Amino acid sequence: MTGGGKHAARKLALANLWVAIAAFAAASGMAFMQSLSRANLDLPFRSAGVYYMSVTAHGVLMALVFTTFFIMGFGYVVAERALGRPSVPRKLAWASWWVALAGTAMSAWTILWGEASVLYTFYPPLMAHPLFYIGGALLVVGSWGWCWVMARTWMVWKKENPGVRTPLPVHGMLATIIVWVLATIGVAAEVLILLIPWSLGIVDTIDPLLARILFWWFGHPLVYFWLLPAYVIWYTITPRIAGGKLFSDPLARLAFVLFILLSTPVGFHHQLLDPGVQAGWKLFHTFNTQLILFPSFVTAFTVIASFEIAGRMKGARGLLNWLEELPWGDPAFSSVALAMLMFAVGGFGGAINAAYGMNAMVHNTAWIQGHFHLTVGTAVALTFMGTSYYLMPRLTGRELELSLLARIQPYLWFGGMLLFSIANHLTGLAGMPRRVYDASYGGSEIAQQWVAGTGISAVGGILLFISAACYVAVMLGTGLAGRRIDPEPIEFAEPLQGENGRAPILDRFGLWFTVAAILVIAAYAWPIAEHLSMERFGSPGFAPF
Amino acid sequence: MHVDLYEKIWMYAAAGIIVVFLAAMGYTTVGRAMQPPSHVETIDPASVRTDEEFGSPGVTLHEDGTATVVIQAFMFAFLPLEIRVPRGRDITFRMTSPDVIHGFQIVQTNGNTMVVPGYVSQFTTRFDRAGEYLIVCNEYCGVGHHVMSATLIVEDMPGPSGAPDETEGAPGGTEGDR
Repeated sequence: MTGGGKHAARKLALANLWVAIAAFAAASGMAFMQSLSRANLDLPFRSAGVYYMSVTAHGVLMALVFTTFFIMGFGYVVAERALGRPSVPRKLAWASWWVALAGTAMSAWTILWGEASVLYTFYPPLMAHPLFYIGGALLVVGSWGWCWVMARTWMVWKKENPGVRTPLPVHGMLATIIVWVLATIGVAAEVLILLIPWSLGIVDTIDPLLARILFWWFGHPLVYFWLLPAYVIWYTITPRIAGGKLFSDPLARLAFVLFILLSTPVGFHHQLLDPGVQAGWKLFHTFNTQLILFPSFVTAFTVIASFEIAGRMKGARGLLNWLEELPWGDPAFSSVALAMLMFAVGGFGGAINAAYGMNAMVHNTAWIQGHFHLTVGTAVALTFMGTSYYLMPRLTGRELELSLLARIQPYLWFGGMLLFSIANHLTGLAGMPRRVYDASYGGSEIAQQWVAGTGISAVGGILLFISAACYVAVMLGTGLAGRRIDPEPIEFAEPLQGENGRAPILDRFGLWFTVAAILVIAAYAWPIAEHLSMERFGSPGFAPF
Repeated sequence: MHVDLYEKIWMYAAAGIIVVFLAAMGYTTVGRAMQPPSHVETIDPASVRTDEEFGSPGVTLHEDGTATVVIQAFMFAFLPLEIRVPRGRDITFRMTSPDVIHGFQIVQTNGNTMVVPGYVSQFTTRFDRAGEYLIVCNEYCGVGHHVMSATLIVEDMPGPSGAPDETEGAPGGTEGDR
């Protein structure tokens, strides 16, 4: 790779990462306000309208913009460093960035102007401004461009390197892309066929249940689109930072393949309490959902074993003292270790949410926001933040500024999230609904039981906001004022076992893509056909915000 | 593919846990007939307010002691505002929405369903504790979402002659549509 090519590669990755950081910063401010508002603190700007606008902005900017742009930037880094060649076609990569950015700006504009307070799930017949849906579609189109660049770069590399095994980080990113392509078919159908024509007034009514089915076709694999790049980091970057080796390369590949297969045919577990969907389909999707626990269990073992190797390579001999040898002061490591700890709890919570019968006790309660702030809000977001501390100096050629803030930031996040998440799980079990501006219900006695919980959750929210502010300050400080250094290389963990761990079938992406597509058809073709054959009545749009 | 012995044990244990989870769900589904509300019935949302059933929401007590509750969920209230049902009997809830999607949750019970315009939600459950319950909307429905609530009052009512006053299992299984 030429020096110029390397520079251009860095620029592309950085352009994506900066959009992610900006979205994160804005969404964190929103979250701070919401968390104080939920505790019924009398703030001057507090109103129901602002609250629901803010929840929408927070959800869209965190869940869809921060994650997608971070993953795109990280993907370019992985492709270029692990494959050792620039990603192609370069023009498409930049065009995708512009399209996704323009789409984000459009949607954000409609939300901030109060024209789209429909939350990030945008269930019709709540109707947002048409530009909200068009902007969202452009963000997805931009991400498809990124998918093609990644896949194309890998294919060119294959041709240049016959017989060489696809490096593990690239394997994981290709799995991410397959999951994303299968997932976004659902939301693209929802937005392009149902929502955009309806919001423009071309058709008068919409079927809200069909829209929900298509949304959750996308909504659950979306979770794995966030999570798989975090797994790539856990498997290939963190063990290296810890000074160890990857415990098992083939089991990491097996986990990625299982995610390709099982991520998508599971959406009805978000609709367990929906009318109009037969119980049998819900049961089938529930079954698939429980199976996805397996690759995460495998990941937990492999990654922690890799950390143990790191501790032992530094001389630890006892049963657990290898833990002391790990670099807890390095935020790129501590963030991942803490993220994994919280993900273990979040994972079991997820098994409860998706448990066919038990779901009725937690569905749409505060338990759910307690849950996904552990999974996407910590396992994914904290991993991405920690990885930024590793990537930024290496991409910008600047030393990490305010490194003390960087060092305490993951611990602040962990502490804040502990309070926020435990409080929300408990108030949720006590029946507090999610997404409410004010949970006092006219002084209802039952609602009084939630007051302590919302207070604790607000304290957690304050800690989380301080942590987020530290992260943004370190990023801005590094990018704008960091001392110029010769950047260290970005390197990936070596597997403990060499060539004896080969299982070439795990690299057959065409095969796994086909099997996954068949599973999606099995899970959705029949219920959707059945649904379309019913006598149905459409809904006009409503904008009660 | 070589797999380390400890990791192999771990993988079997993980698979075992998943089998236990699935078995627990299989038992409650088949053995105890607990199903999430999955009623399939459509209705024109434009006609809900004039509909024979949903246009006059309320509680109907049946001769066998059970009851049917018909509810309209709309921006931003439930009708009726106050629902009285007998304790320890099968209560069937039927509801729909003339506008946007709502949620219907009887706080601290397993009475919980989505209410989607164009569709009729229905589930059957039992309340073994007399008293006042809070009903809330748990799906964002607009700027008044947080005020959308109602009250459920469970009280002892004289049962029909000969019918057992059953209070088995607490809280009762949501049996969906039977």
